[in-house]
Amino acid sequence: MGLATFRDLIAENQRKSVWLVVSFCIVTSLALTGLVLGIVSLMVPELLEVWFWPATVMTFVGGLIIAGLVALLGVRRGDRIVLVISRARPVHKVDDPQLYNVVEEVAIAAGIPPPQIYLIEDYAMNAFATGRDPEHAAVAITRGLRERLTREELQGVIAHEIAHIRNYDIRLMMLLAVLIGMVAVLADFLLQSMRFASSKKGLNRRGGKASGGLIAAVVIVVAVLLALVAPLVAQVIQLAVSREREYLADATAVELTRNPHGILGALRKISQDDAVLQVANRGTAHLYFVNPIRNYAARGATIFSSHPPIEERIRRLEALLV
Amino acid sequence: MLAEIVWLPWAILAAVVLLILLWGIGVYNGLIARQAEAQNAWSQIDVQLKRRYDLIPNLVETVKGYASHEKETLERVIQARNAAMNVRGIAERAEAETALTGAMRQLLMLAEAYPELKANENFKALQEELISTENRIGFARQHYNDVVARYNVCLRRFPANIIAGLFRFPEYEFFQVESAEAQQVRQAPKVQF
Repeated sequence: MGLATFRDLIAENQRKSVWLVVSFCIVTSLALTGLVLGIVSLMVPELLEVWFWPATVMTFVGGLIIAGLVALLGVRRGDRIVLVISRARPVHKVDDPQLYNVVEEVAIAAGIPPPQIYLIEDYAMNAFATGRDPEHAAVAITRGLRERLTREELQGVIAHEIAHIRNYDIRLMMLLAVLIGMVAVLADFLLQSMRFASSKKGLNRRGGKASGGLIAAVVIVVAVLLALVAPLVAQVIQLAVSREREYLADATAVELTRNPHGILGALRKISQDDAVLQVANRGTAHLYFVNPIRNYAARGATIFSSHPPIEERIRRLEALLV
Repeated sequence: MLAEIVWLPWAILAAVVLLILLWGIGVYNGLIARQAEAQNAWSQIDVQLKRRYDLIPNLVETVKGYASHEKETLERVIQARNAAMNVRGIAERAEAETALTGAMRQLLMLAEAYPELKANENFKALQEELISTENRIGFARQHYNDVVARYNVCLRRFPANIIAGLFRFPEYEFFQVESAEAQQVRQAPKVQF
């Protein structure tokens, strides 16, 4: 391990990122098509009887363009969005020379330019990295983590985050956060507009026009299904994608610092801490060093956890000590 | 009909040659990229060593204010720094840097005897910078060695080694810091007494 594998990892992450963007575009433009056709069939069913296929194709292509633009925005500005949502503010060398030094050291070990550093004013102990590539990356750590870790432990955590940066995990994770957020918003909007449409106009119009009403019903069902299924699928992808990654980043952190004690000490301290990170949500949870939305007794025990249990991570690292 | 059969083998041959050529270009460019990476990693070590040279006068000045009669140790650090800055060649370089590391460790150990110096904010800040600089130098060497290992593997692997041999790609040496440090540890008591 070690010699060629991280390049393979990068290639795999690139593939997954492309796949994610493509499926995001298709799912959202299908949903948009459903929405538009549904509304049109309710408002002016006569239009659809003549122009059904041109209208479908046009809305679908329009949806693809919009989704593509959103995905582009996600790639280019996703890191800003994630940092703003997490209420992270930039740190400069004068504010905290030691933190700055630790980040630069580990970046040298990984052979990447030093990422920008952000601080989250929260006493829970956590950290994340984001960005589109190592040249445009940022690490954010919480006040609680910064104040309660030794230099060595801090180095371990930063090395874990820099491992995510070097492996291009950050791009995939950022796209997941931003695009899943979009799908969730779209799905909510879709469901609400369906409810609105059916309560106001749908029922009294559909009775008369048999074929138009049928199309409308089909379209509505498809739209609702998509709206329901898309976030669920996205959620599952998100989980599948992030658990193995954490073990790997832990191992890479040890490889970079040549020191398992740092990250091990940090994980032990965090496992004793039960503060909940306020700024994290379901969309950004998978970005973090440890699961920020937690109920300690149950954490990591279920399939639906975005992170492996801390105890298992500690156990795997301890195996390196022998 | 006959004409077609005559040129067909030539077309196949041309296609094969073209494919081999394209493959060769790909391998060549890959090796060039990895070589550049190794050279870049090497210059990163230099950057970090320079950072250490720049820190030393500052450190010596600060210590002088509290421990002026430790002149000998201070002198030795300055001398080791100047020697390291002017040396040429990899082996000599490693030796000079090892001597400098030893002298600086002694200087920092000396600070233990001066509580006022240890409490000085400026000294604390310098100490953090020194720790970081030592880490940076270590990590830069480690990264250089990792990159060189990858490059050398590419160089030796068949069939890429044909291209590497054809264009005389040089194999790079590792930066052997472990052995130098081990030597230094063995010599340490001799230096002190």
